[in-house]
Amino acid sequence: MSDKEKIAARAALEVQSGQVINLGIGIPTLIPDYLPSSTQAFIQSENGILGMGPRCRNGSEDRNLIDAGGNYVTLTRGASFFDSALSFAIIRGGRVDISFLGALEVSAGGDLANWIIPGKLAPGIGGGMELAQKARRVIVTTAHTTRDGRPKILPRCTLPLTAKGCVRTIITELAVIDVTPEGLVLRELASETRLAEVRQKTAAPLRCPRKEIPRF
Amino acid sequence: MIDKTLPIDQALAAVHDGQTVMVGGFGVPGTPFLLLDHLLKQGARNLTLVKNDANEPGMGISKLLEAGRVRTLIASHLGLNPTAVAMMNRREIDVDLYPQGILAEKIRAGGAGLIGILTDIGIDTMLRESRQLVSLEGREAILEPALRADIALIHAAAADRCGNLVFAKSARNFSPLMAMAADRVIVEAETVVPTGSLDPDGVHLPGAFVDHIVALEKLTPDYGVLPQHVR
Repeated sequence: MSDKEKIAARAALEVQSGQVINLGIGIPTLIPDYLPSSTQAFIQSENGILGMGPRCRNGSEDRNLIDAGGNYVTLTRGASFFDSALSFAIIRGGRVDISFLGALEVSAGGDLANWIIPGKLAPGIGGGMELAQKARRVIVTTAHTTRDGRPKILPRCTLPLTAKGCVRTIITELAVIDVTPEGLVLRELASETRLAEVRQKTAAPLRCPRKEIPRF
Repeated sequence: MIDKTLPIDQALAAVHDGQTVMVGGFGVPGTPFLLLDHLLKQGARNLTLVKNDANEPGMGISKLLEAGRVRTLIASHLGLNPTAVAMMNRREIDVDLYPQGILAEKIRAGGAGLIGILTDIGIDTMLRESRQLVSLEGREAILEPALRADIALIHAAAADRCGNLVFAKSARNFSPLMAMAADRVIVEAETVVPTGSLDPDGVHLPGAFVDHIVALEKLTPDYGVLPQHVR
Protein backbone atom coordinates (compact mmCIF):
# COMPACT_ATOMS: atom_id res chain seq x y z
CA MET A 1 0.00 0.00 0.00
CA SER A 2 1.30 3.48 -0.86
CA ASP A 3 1.36 6.18 1.84
CA LYS A 4 -1.67 7.81 0.24
CA GLU A 5 -3.63 4.55 0.28
CA LYS A 6 -2.60 3.95 3.89
CA ILE A 7 -3.93 7.37 4.91
CA ALA A 8 -7.19 6.85 2.98
CA ALA A 9 -7.72 3.39 4.49
CA ARG A 10 -7.25 4.74 8.02
CA ALA A 11 -9.47 7.75 7.29
CA ALA A 12 -12.27 5.46 6.10
CA LEU A 13 -12.51 4.02 9.65
CA GLU A 14 -13.68 7.43 10.94
CA VAL A 15 -16.89 7.22 8.90
CA GLN A 16 -20.11 5.86 10.44
CA SER A 17 -23.23 4.62 8.70
CA GLY A 18 -25.79 7.31 8.00
CA GLN A 19 -23.26 10.13 7.91
CA VAL A 20 -22.99 12.74 5.16
CA ILE A 21 -19.35 13.18 4.20
CA ASN A 22 -17.49 15.35 1.70
CA LEU A 23 -14.17 14.43 0.13
CA GLY A 24 -11.64 17.08 -0.88
CA ILE A 25 -9.25 16.79 -3.81
CA GLY A 26 -6.35 14.32 -3.54
CA ILE A 27 -6.08 11.65 -0.84
CA PRO A 28 -9.73 12.07 0.32
CA THR A 29 -11.01 10.89 -3.07
CA LEU A 30 -9.40 7.48 -2.34
CA ILE A 31 -11.47 6.97 0.84
CA PRO A 32 -14.55 5.34 -0.83
CA ASP A 33 -12.34 2.46 -1.96
CA TYR A 34 -11.76 1.59 1.72
CA LEU A 35 -15.25 2.07 3.18
CA PRO A 36 -16.48 -1.31 4.45
CA SER A 37 -19.67 -2.46 2.70
CA SER A 38 -21.40 -2.36 6.10
CA THR A 39 -20.83 1.43 6.25
CA GLN A 40 -23.58 3.24 4.36
CA ALA A 41 -22.52 6.86 4.17
CA PHE A 42 -23.77 9.54 1.78
CA ILE A 43 -20.94 11.22 -0.06
CA GLN A 44 -21.74 14.81 -0.94
CA SER A 45 -20.06 16.49 -3.90
CA GLU A 46 -20.01 20.29 -4.22
CA ASN A 47 -21.17 20.16 -7.83
CA GLY A 48 -24.60 18.96 -6.76
CA ILE A 49 -24.60 15.28 -5.77
CA LEU A 50 -25.57 13.52 -2.56
CA GLY A 51 -24.96 9.78 -2.74
CA MET A 52 -21.84 9.61 -4.87
CA GLY A 53 -20.22 6.20 -5.32
CA PRO A 54 -16.67 5.16 -6.21
CA ARG A 55 -14.93 6.41 -9.35
CA CYS A 56 -15.90 4.77 -12.65
CA ARG A 57 -13.93 1.90 -14.05
CA ASN A 58 -12.86 2.43 -17.63
CA GLY A 59 -15.77 2.25 -20.07
CA SER A 60 -18.66 3.03 -17.73
CA GLU A 61 -18.28 6.84 -17.63
CA ASP A 62 -21.32 9.11 -17.90
CA ARG A 63 -20.49 12.51 -19.47
CA ASN A 64 -22.92 14.22 -17.07
CA LEU A 65 -21.67 12.63 -13.89
CA ILE A 66 -18.41 13.91 -12.39
CA ASP A 67 -17.15 14.84 -8.94
CA ALA A 68 -15.87 18.30 -8.06
CA GLY A 69 -12.38 17.36 -9.25
CA GLY A 70 -13.56 16.34 -12.75
CA ASN A 71 -13.38 12.56 -12.20
CA TYR A 72 -16.15 10.33 -13.56
CA VAL A 73 -18.05 8.79 -10.67
CA THR A 74 -20.90 6.41 -9.90
CA LEU A 75 -23.97 6.77 -7.67
CA THR A 76 -25.17 4.85 -4.65
CA ARG A 77 -28.79 3.98 -3.87
CA GLY A 78 -30.74 6.97 -2.61
CA ALA A 79 -28.67 9.51 -4.53
CA SER A 80 -30.00 12.93 -5.50
CA PHE A 81 -28.98 15.90 -7.66
CA PHE A 82 -29.41 19.62 -6.97
CA ASP A 83 -28.02 23.04 -7.91
CA SER A 84 -24.90 24.69 -6.45
CA ALA A 85 -26.77 26.99 -4.05
CA LEU A 86 -28.56 24.04 -2.47
CA SER A 87 -25.33 22.06 -2.46
CA PHE A 88 -23.69 24.71 -0.31
CA ALA A 89 -26.77 25.02 1.87
CA ILE A 90 -26.03 21.41 2.84
CA ILE A 91 -22.47 22.45 3.69
CA ARG A 92 -22.98 25.83 5.35
CA GLY A 93 -26.23 24.68 6.99
CA GLY A 94 -24.28 22.13 9.01
CA ARG A 95 -25.50 18.92 7.35
CA VAL A 96 -22.04 17.59 6.46
CA ASP A 97 -20.88 15.32 9.29
CA ILE A 98 -17.27 14.95 8.14
CA SER A 99 -15.25 16.99 5.67
CA PHE A 100 -12.00 15.29 4.65
CA LEU A 101 -9.51 17.88 3.39
CA GLY A 102 -5.89 18.03 2.30
CA ALA A 103 -3.49 20.49 3.93
CA LEU A 104 -0.46 22.60 3.18
CA GLU A 105 -0.17 23.43 6.91
CA VAL A 106 -2.12 22.68 10.10
CA SER A 107 -1.49 24.51 13.37
CA ALA A 108 -1.53 23.23 16.94
CA GLY A 109 -4.80 25.10 17.41
CA GLY A 110 -6.46 23.45 14.39
CA ASP A 111 -6.00 26.32 11.94
CA LEU A 112 -5.93 25.05 8.35
CA ALA A 113 -4.02 26.48 5.37
CA ASN A 114 -4.68 24.64 2.15
CA TRP A 115 -5.65 27.01 -0.65
CA ILE A 116 -2.92 29.50 -1.50
CA ILE A 117 0.86 29.85 -1.58
CA PRO A 118 1.25 33.56 -2.24
CA GLY A 119 3.18 34.16 -5.46
CA LYS A 120 2.96 30.51 -6.47
CA LEU A 121 -0.15 28.39 -6.19
CA ALA A 122 -3.45 30.29 -6.26
CA PRO A 123 -6.02 28.52 -8.43
CA GLY A 124 -8.90 29.61 -6.20
CA ILE A 125 -10.80 28.83 -3.04
CA GLY A 126 -13.37 26.39 -4.46
CA GLY A 127 -15.55 24.92 -1.73
CA GLY A 128 -12.74 24.42 0.79
CA MET A 129 -13.35 27.46 2.96
CA GLU A 130 -17.03 26.66 3.46
CA LEU A 131 -16.31 22.98 4.19
CA ALA A 132 -13.51 23.82 6.63
CA GLN A 133 -15.59 26.39 8.47
CA LYS A 134 -19.00 24.69 8.53
CA ALA A 135 -18.68 20.89 8.46
CA ARG A 136 -19.42 19.33 11.86
CA ARG A 137 -16.02 17.66 11.90
CA VAL A 138 -12.96 18.41 9.76
CA ILE A 139 -10.42 15.64 9.29
CA VAL A 140 -7.20 16.50 7.51
CA THR A 141 -5.62 13.72 5.47
CA THR A 142 -2.11 14.62 4.41
CA ALA A 143 1.49 13.51 4.12
CA HIS A 144 3.15 14.24 7.46
CA THR A 145 5.78 16.49 5.85
CA THR A 146 6.18 18.47 2.63
CA ARG A 147 7.92 16.89 -0.38
CA ASP A 148 11.22 18.37 0.77
CA GLY A 149 10.75 16.99 4.27
CA ARG A 150 9.60 20.06 6.19
CA PRO A 151 6.91 19.62 8.87
CA LYS A 152 3.33 20.51 7.88
CA ILE A 153 2.08 20.41 11.47
CA LEU A 154 3.27 23.68 13.01
CA PRO A 155 2.82 25.80 16.13
CA ARG A 156 1.23 28.43 13.85
CA CYS A 157 0.42 28.45 10.13
CA THR A 158 2.67 30.63 8.01
CA LEU A 159 0.44 30.53 4.90
CA PRO A 160 -2.89 32.38 4.57
CA LEU A 161 -5.63 30.46 6.40
CA THR A 162 -8.53 28.57 4.89
CA ALA A 163 -10.30 28.62 8.27
CA LYS A 164 -9.34 29.16 11.88
CA GLY A 165 -9.52 26.45 14.55
CA CYS A 166 -11.49 24.09 12.33
CA VAL A 167 -9.43 20.86 12.28
CA ARG A 168 -10.38 18.15 14.77
CA THR A 169 -8.20 15.25 13.58
CA ILE A 170 -5.07 14.86 11.44
CA ILE A 171 -4.38 11.56 9.70
CA THR A 172 -0.96 11.05 8.10
CA GLU A 173 1.07 8.04 6.98
CA LEU A 174 2.72 8.10 10.42
CA ALA A 175 0.02 8.93 12.94
CA VAL A 176 -3.51 9.90 13.90
CA ILE A 177 -3.45 13.13 15.91
CA ASP A 178 -6.42 14.86 17.57
CA VAL A 179 -6.62 18.62 18.02
CA THR A 180 -7.86 19.23 21.58
CA PRO A 181 -8.22 22.30 23.78
CA GLU A 182 -4.96 21.13 25.43
CA GLY A 183 -3.16 20.98 22.08
CA LEU A 184 -2.25 18.11 19.77
CA VAL A 185 -2.68 14.60 21.20
CA LEU A 186 -1.31 11.45 19.57
CA ARG A 187 -4.12 8.90 19.18
CA GLU A 188 -2.53 6.20 16.99
CA LEU A 189 0.80 5.33 15.41
CA ALA A 190 1.25 3.67 12.04
CA SER A 191 2.65 0.15 12.19
CA GLU A 192 6.44 0.17 12.27
CA THR A 193 6.55 3.89 13.00
CA ARG A 194 8.55 5.05 16.02
CA LEU A 195 7.20 7.78 18.28
CA ALA A 196 10.54 9.60 17.99
CA GLU A 197 10.09 9.90 14.22
CA VAL A 198 6.61 11.45 14.63
CA ARG A 199 7.93 13.91 17.19
CA GLN A 200 10.87 14.82 14.96
CA LYS A 201 8.60 15.47 11.97
CA THR A 202 5.98 17.42 13.94
CA ALA A 203 6.98 21.03 14.62
CA ALA A 204 4.18 21.68 17.14
CA PRO A 205 4.15 20.25 20.69
CA LEU A 206 2.61 16.76 20.69
CA ARG A 207 1.12 15.21 23.83
CA CYS A 208 1.44 11.49 24.12
CA PRO A 209 -0.83 9.53 26.51
CA ARG A 210 1.07 7.34 28.99
CA LYS A 211 -0.76 4.16 27.92
CA GLU A 212 0.33 2.09 24.96
CA ILE A 213 -0.47 3.81 21.67
CA PRO A 214 -2.70 1.76 19.33
CA ARG A 215 -1.30 0.96 15.88
CA PHE A 216 -2.93 1.24 12.45
CA MET B 1 -48.24 29.25 -29.32
CA ILE B 2 -45.14 30.60 -27.62
CA ASP B 3 -42.00 29.42 -29.38
CA LYS B 4 -38.67 30.68 -28.00
CA THR B 5 -36.49 28.69 -30.40
CA LEU B 6 -34.15 30.80 -32.52
CA PRO B 7 -31.16 30.17 -34.83
CA ILE B 8 -27.93 30.42 -32.84
CA ASP B 9 -26.54 33.52 -34.60
CA GLN B 10 -29.76 35.47 -34.03
CA ALA B 11 -29.78 34.51 -30.36
CA LEU B 12 -26.13 35.55 -29.86
CA ALA B 13 -26.65 38.88 -31.65
CA ALA B 14 -27.84 40.07 -28.23
CA VAL B 15 -24.28 39.90 -26.82
CA HIS B 16 -22.34 43.18 -27.06
CA ASP B 17 -18.81 44.34 -26.26
CA GLY B 18 -18.21 45.07 -22.58
CA GLN B 19 -21.15 43.05 -21.27
CA THR B 20 -21.23 40.65 -18.33
CA VAL B 21 -21.99 37.08 -19.36
CA MET B 22 -22.78 34.25 -16.95
CA VAL B 23 -21.87 30.79 -18.22
CA GLY B 24 -23.38 27.67 -16.63
CA GLY B 25 -21.44 24.48 -16.03
CA PHE B 26 -19.04 22.91 -13.57
CA GLY B 27 -16.24 21.38 -15.61
CA VAL B 28 -17.77 19.80 -18.72
CA PRO B 29 -21.29 19.01 -17.44
CA GLY B 30 -23.50 22.03 -18.09
CA THR B 31 -20.97 24.02 -20.10
CA PRO B 32 -22.71 25.41 -23.23
CA PHE B 33 -19.84 24.63 -25.62
CA LEU B 34 -21.73 25.41 -28.85
CA LEU B 35 -22.92 28.81 -27.61
CA LEU B 36 -19.36 29.62 -26.49
CA ASP B 37 -17.84 28.54 -29.83
CA HIS B 38 -20.32 30.76 -31.67
CA LEU B 39 -19.70 33.64 -29.29
CA LEU B 40 -16.03 33.39 -30.22
CA LYS B 41 -16.98 33.67 -33.94
CA GLN B 42 -19.49 36.44 -33.20
CA GLY B 43 -16.55 38.54 -31.93
CA ALA B 44 -17.80 40.28 -28.77
CA ARG B 45 -14.85 41.48 -26.71
CA ASN B 46 -13.98 43.16 -23.45
CA LEU B 47 -16.35 40.75 -21.72
CA THR B 48 -16.76 40.00 -18.05
CA LEU B 49 -17.42 36.28 -17.66
CA VAL B 50 -18.94 34.64 -14.60
CA LYS B 51 -18.37 30.89 -14.38
CA ASN B 52 -17.54 28.47 -11.58
CA ASP B 53 -14.31 27.38 -13.29
CA ALA B 54 -12.41 28.17 -16.49
CA ASN B 55 -12.96 24.79 -18.19
CA GLU B 56 -9.69 23.29 -19.47
CA PRO B 57 -7.20 24.69 -22.01
CA GLY B 58 -8.69 24.84 -25.50
CA MET B 59 -12.24 24.18 -24.31
CA GLY B 60 -15.31 26.25 -23.45
CA ILE B 61 -14.60 29.66 -21.94
CA SER B 62 -10.86 29.02 -22.17
CA LYS B 63 -11.15 29.67 -25.94
CA LEU B 64 -12.53 33.15 -25.20
CA LEU B 65 -9.80 33.79 -22.61
CA GLU B 66 -7.07 32.60 -24.99
CA ALA B 67 -8.46 34.81 -27.80
CA GLY B 68 -8.21 37.90 -25.59
CA ARG B 69 -11.96 38.52 -25.48
CA VAL B 70 -12.23 38.58 -21.70
CA ARG B 71 -11.27 41.46 -19.42
CA THR B 72 -12.53 40.05 -16.13
CA LEU B 73 -13.32 36.52 -14.96
CA ILE B 74 -15.41 35.99 -11.82
CA ALA B 75 -15.00 32.38 -10.68
CA SER B 76 -14.39 30.03 -7.80
CA HIS B 77 -11.60 27.70 -8.92
CA LEU B 78 -9.30 27.55 -11.97
CA GLY B 79 -7.48 24.37 -10.91
CA LEU B 80 -8.04 22.44 -14.15
CA ASN B 81 -6.91 25.29 -16.40
CA PRO B 82 -3.18 26.15 -16.11
CA THR B 83 -3.53 28.48 -19.13
CA ALA B 84 -6.07 30.62 -17.28
CA VAL B 85 -3.94 30.59 -14.10
CA ALA B 86 -0.91 31.74 -16.13
CA MET B 87 -2.96 34.54 -17.77
CA MET B 88 -4.16 35.60 -14.32
CA ASN B 89 -0.59 35.65 -12.96
CA ARG B 90 0.60 37.69 -15.98
CA ARG B 91 -2.30 40.12 -15.34
CA GLU B 92 -3.70 39.53 -18.83
CA ILE B 93 -7.10 38.99 -17.22
CA ASP B 94 -8.50 40.27 -13.95
CA VAL B 95 -9.76 37.37 -11.88
CA ASP B 96 -12.10 37.68 -8.89
CA LEU B 97 -12.23 34.42 -6.95
CA TYR B 98 -14.98 33.66 -4.44
CA PRO B 99 -15.75 30.70 -2.20
CA GLN B 100 -17.84 28.47 -4.44
CA GLY B 101 -21.08 28.51 -2.45
CA ILE B 102 -20.79 32.26 -1.88
CA LEU B 103 -20.47 32.76 -5.65
CA ALA B 104 -23.59 30.60 -6.10
CA GLU B 105 -25.46 32.53 -3.41
CA LYS B 106 -24.46 35.95 -4.83
CA ILE B 107 -25.91 34.84 -8.16
CA ARG B 108 -29.02 33.35 -6.53
CA ALA B 109 -29.54 36.63 -4.64
CA GLY B 110 -29.18 38.60 -7.89
CA GLY B 111 -31.80 36.37 -9.47
CA ALA B 112 -34.11 36.66 -6.49
CA GLY B 113 -34.13 40.48 -6.56
CA LEU B 114 -32.01 40.89 -3.43
CA ILE B 115 -29.33 43.54 -2.96
CA GLY B 116 -26.77 41.31 -1.24
CA ILE B 117 -26.13 38.62 1.32
CA LEU B 118 -24.42 38.47 4.72
CA THR B 119 -21.99 35.65 5.45
CA ASP B 120 -19.26 34.68 7.90
CA ILE B 121 -17.35 32.53 5.39
CA GLY B 122 -13.72 33.65 5.33
CA ILE B 123 -14.20 36.14 8.16
CA ASP B 124 -11.00 34.93 9.89
CA THR B 125 -8.98 34.83 6.67
CA MET B 126 -7.33 37.27 4.25
CA LEU B 127 -10.72 37.58 2.52
CA ARG B 128 -11.86 40.07 5.16
CA GLU B 129 -9.20 42.56 4.04
CA SER B 130 -10.97 43.12 0.72
CA ARG B 131 -14.56 42.91 1.95
CA GLN B 132 -17.11 45.21 3.51
CA LEU B 133 -17.79 44.15 7.10
CA VAL B 134 -21.08 44.75 8.89
CA SER B 135 -22.53 43.78 12.24
CA LEU B 136 -25.95 42.18 12.65
CA GLU B 137 -27.41 41.00 15.96
CA GLY B 138 -23.96 41.16 17.51
CA ARG B 139 -22.32 39.03 14.84
CA GLU B 140 -19.68 40.25 12.44
CA ALA B 141 -20.42 39.45 8.81
CA ILE B 142 -19.09 40.03 5.33
CA LEU B 143 -21.49 41.90 3.05
CA GLU B 144 -21.44 40.37 -0.42
CA PRO B 145 -23.32 42.30 -3.11
CA ALA B 146 -25.70 40.28 -5.29
CA LEU B 147 -24.46 39.49 -8.77
CA ARG B 148 -26.40 39.94 -12.02
CA ALA B 149 -25.44 39.75 -15.68
CA ASP B 150 -26.56 41.07 -19.04
CA ILE B 151 -26.56 37.60 -20.57
CA ALA B 152 -26.62 33.99 -19.33
CA LEU B 153 -25.51 31.11 -21.56
CA ILE B 154 -27.03 27.84 -20.37
CA HIS B 155 -26.94 24.19 -21.44
CA ALA B 156 -30.02 22.04 -20.80
CA ALA B 157 -30.73 18.36 -21.42
CA ALA B 158 -34.26 19.20 -22.54
CA ALA B 159 -36.39 22.28 -23.16
CA ASP B 160 -39.95 22.75 -24.27
CA ARG B 161 -40.77 25.57 -26.67
CA CYS B 162 -41.90 27.94 -23.94
CA GLY B 163 -38.58 27.56 -22.12
CA ASN B 164 -39.16 25.06 -19.31
CA LEU B 165 -35.84 23.33 -18.70
CA VAL B 166 -34.59 19.97 -17.47
CA PHE B 167 -30.93 19.46 -16.56
CA ALA B 168 -29.09 16.15 -16.41
CA LYS B 169 -27.36 14.84 -13.27
CA SER B 170 -24.35 16.94 -12.21
CA ALA B 171 -24.90 19.28 -15.19
CA ARG B 172 -27.43 21.33 -13.19
CA ASN B 173 -24.88 23.08 -10.89
CA PHE B 174 -24.91 26.88 -11.52
CA SER B 175 -27.30 26.84 -14.51
CA PRO B 176 -30.70 27.52 -12.89
CA LEU B 177 -29.14 30.19 -10.62
CA MET B 178 -27.53 32.01 -13.54
CA ALA B 179 -30.69 31.78 -15.63
CA MET B 180 -32.47 33.61 -12.80
CA ALA B 181 -29.82 36.34 -12.60
CA ALA B 182 -29.43 37.59 -16.20
CA ASP B 183 -31.42 40.11 -18.23
CA ARG B 184 -31.35 37.84 -21.26
CA VAL B 185 -31.07 34.07 -21.05
CA ILE B 186 -29.93 32.00 -24.02
CA VAL B 187 -30.28 28.23 -23.69
CA GLU B 188 -28.85 25.47 -25.86
CA ALA B 189 -30.88 22.28 -25.46
CA GLU B 190 -30.00 18.72 -26.43
CA THR B 191 -33.68 18.02 -27.02
CA VAL B 192 -36.49 20.47 -27.77
CA VAL B 193 -39.94 19.03 -27.11
CA PRO B 194 -43.46 20.41 -27.71
CA THR B 195 -44.88 22.56 -24.93
CA GLY B 196 -46.95 20.41 -22.63
CA SER B 197 -44.84 17.29 -22.94
CA LEU B 198 -42.62 17.89 -19.89
CA ASP B 199 -43.94 16.73 -16.53
CA PRO B 200 -44.56 19.97 -14.56
CA ASP B 201 -43.23 18.22 -11.43
CA GLY B 202 -39.99 17.45 -13.25
CA VAL B 203 -39.23 20.95 -14.58
CA HIS B 204 -35.98 22.22 -12.99
CA LEU B 205 -36.30 25.82 -14.22
CA PRO B 206 -39.59 27.45 -15.26
CA GLY B 207 -39.77 29.05 -18.68
CA ALA B 208 -40.29 32.54 -17.22
CA PHE B 209 -36.49 32.79 -16.91
CA VAL B 210 -35.70 31.75 -20.49
CA ASP B 211 -35.64 34.10 -23.51
CA HIS B 212 -34.14 32.08 -26.36
CA ILE B 213 -33.68 28.37 -27.04
CA VAL B 214 -31.16 27.01 -29.53
CA ALA B 215 -31.65 23.36 -30.51
CA LEU B 216 -28.39 21.39 -30.54
CA GLU B 217 -28.20 19.28 -33.67
CA LYS B 218 -25.29 17.18 -32.53
CA LEU B 219 -22.93 17.06 -29.59
CA THR B 220 -19.29 17.86 -30.41
CA PRO B 221 -16.51 15.85 -28.68
CA ASP B 222 -16.17 18.59 -26.03
CA TYR B 223 -19.46 17.38 -24.53
CA GLY B 224 -18.26 13.80 -24.29
CA VAL B 225 -16.19 11.84 -21.82
CA LEU B 226 -12.72 13.44 -21.57
CA PRO B 227 -9.97 10.80 -21.89
CA GLN B 228 -7.70 12.70 -19.49
CA HIS B 229 -10.17 12.09 -16.65
CA VAL B 230 -10.79 8.40 -17.30
CA ARG B 231 -9.25 6.21 -14.65
